[in-house]
Amino acid sequence: MKISPQEVENIAHLARLEIDDQSKASLCEQLSGILDYMDKLAHVDVQDVKPVSGAAFMENVLREDTVCPSPGPDVTLANAPHKEDDYYLVPRVVKQPGR
Amino acid sequence: MDLHTLTLADARRLLDEKKISSRELTGSLLDRIAAHDDTIKSFAFLDSADALAQADAADQQIAAGIQTAFAGIPMAMKDLLCTKGMRTSCGSRILDNFVPRYDATVVKKFRQARGVILGKTNMDEFGMGSSTENSGYFPTKNPWNEKYVPGGSSGGSAAAVASQFCSAALATDTGGSIRQPASHCGVVGLKPTYGRVSRFGLVSYASSLDQIGPIARTVEDAALIMNLIAGHDPLDSTSASKDVPDFTTGLAAFDKHSLRGMTVGIPREYLGMEGVDPDVLAVFDNARQVLKDLGAKIVEVSLPHTAYVVAAYYIIAPCEASSNLARFDGVKYGFRAHQADDLIDMYKQTRSEGFGKEVQRRIIIGTYALSAGYYEAYYGKASQVRALIMEDFSRAFDVCDILLSPVAPTPAFRLGEKVDDPLTMYLTDIFTLSANMAGVPGISVPGGFSANGLPIGIQMMAGRFDELSLVRAGYGIEKSLCLNRRFPTL
Repeated sequence: MKISPQEVENIAHLARLEIDDQSKASLCEQLSGILDYMDKLAHVDVQDVKPVSGAAFMENVLREDTVCPSPGPDVTLANAPHKEDDYYLVPRVVKQPGR
Repeated sequence: MDLHTLTLADARRLLDEKKISSRELTGSLLDRIAAHDDTIKSFAFLDSADALAQADAADQQIAAGIQTAFAGIPMAMKDLLCTKGMRTSCGSRILDNFVPRYDATVVKKFRQARGVILGKTNMDEFGMGSSTENSGYFPTKNPWNEKYVPGGSSGGSAAAVASQFCSAALATDTGGSIRQPASHCGVVGLKPTYGRVSRFGLVSYASSLDQIGPIARTVEDAALIMNLIAGHDPLDSTSASKDVPDFTTGLAAFDKHSLRGMTVGIPREYLGMEGVDPDVLAVFDNARQVLKDLGAKIVEVSLPHTAYVVAAYYIIAPCEASSNLARFDGVKYGFRAHQADDLIDMYKQTRSEGFGKEVQRRIIIGTYALSAGYYEAYYGKASQVRALIMEDFSRAFDVCDILLSPVAPTPAFRLGEKVDDPLTMYLTDIFTLSANMAGVPGISVPGGFSANGLPIGIQMMAGRFDELSLVRAGYGIEKSLCLNRRFPTL
């Protein structure tokens, strides 16, 4: 499976990563190699095999909906790189017109 | 007395008999770290004053006659475990300044038992790597030979324990990250059954594979730590509501027939596998003989889907990682790039500057494998193959109690040797990945040395929730080989 630089760019955008041109070339090569290796899974007969999403044989876990003390905004926001009052501060969400 | 040589069990006895204080023990370990960790680089974060304050508090408790299992015992924590008020960076620049406001459940249990947290140990970023070279800060060196890697991702924890900076550490294992560095550093590493230990406060890499366990210098110490950390936790809904045995009962009756009645399976697919170092094979053969001499019955078993384990794992783990690591976006915690002028640019710049190469590579693989048009072919297929791998294991454990295998195909490799070749690095995980895929427990115990003096471990795996068999067999190997008395010269 050959991965093109364009595909890497699309995937990087979905993953919210920015890949510079130099890294893009080596990433294309590495990803193509890794995905070629993954293609060996095509040889496994998985007809009627139910996929598993985890190693635990899990049951649904239910509990009483009881009120617990909340850590409060000071604790919750303690690690925020930017904050104002009780809010996280982020850059503009909508692009300015003409930019 | 050289306090740094004490095992956890010895230290416990001497503390209880008041022959030593926790301050003396902690202070002596801190001195040793100060003298040698500039070279080994096993610790990512150390706060000596805080450690000594914890030691004093433990000493007061011991003096007051209050008994708790870990009172005054110094241990290290892998930097992937949240420690309240103590920097937790997960080996990543993106969490450079992160100070958790709560303790991971295992850390909380350790603190409640009055243990002393010495510091946080270095690791591959978010647990992604097999050499600790992917740390966002610095690589850790193998204490047996500084030109070699300590293994990974818990390389800092294993190197610290082997260097006698502490008797034990808590670490995590998503595909071998406890067992492989334990093997490369000549110490004991136990990955418990998935669900045996709460993952609350472990910064998630691949949630269906991650598990917390001990790295120690003896099997007994690993069992003592299991007694502390195992059990259900309401804060982790995947933790099992299973009775927790006293894991040290596995050690009780060691004699030359102590494994009588135990059946050891050797997976046929592991024999004659290409690329396995002759020294590793020799250690493996010797371990098989030791188990046989102790009375175990040896049988050959089959794990037919072994050839597909690496491919399936390196789809599933990156898929889960790409989802788990979406939370690092520069908003709630950690590093934020400041030059961006809109939100999406801020996310992208923060993540590209904050994450290292291997983490970005795995996020990209995972995002690709989960994207529309590829999901069925990659994630869907890998999840079906995982079901087949689990079946292989449950069939094998129908006919044997434990499986014996190498831990890694080679002893520790040289620093820099594989760092630019991700696929080759992934392939070195062949023997350890299956335990995480199937959710079964695995242990690595010292088994011998390579011709150039590097430690080589032995892996054993058991059925779900049967850590006791691993303790029993691991103790048998340890007592027979006596390798836990050999330490590197720093």
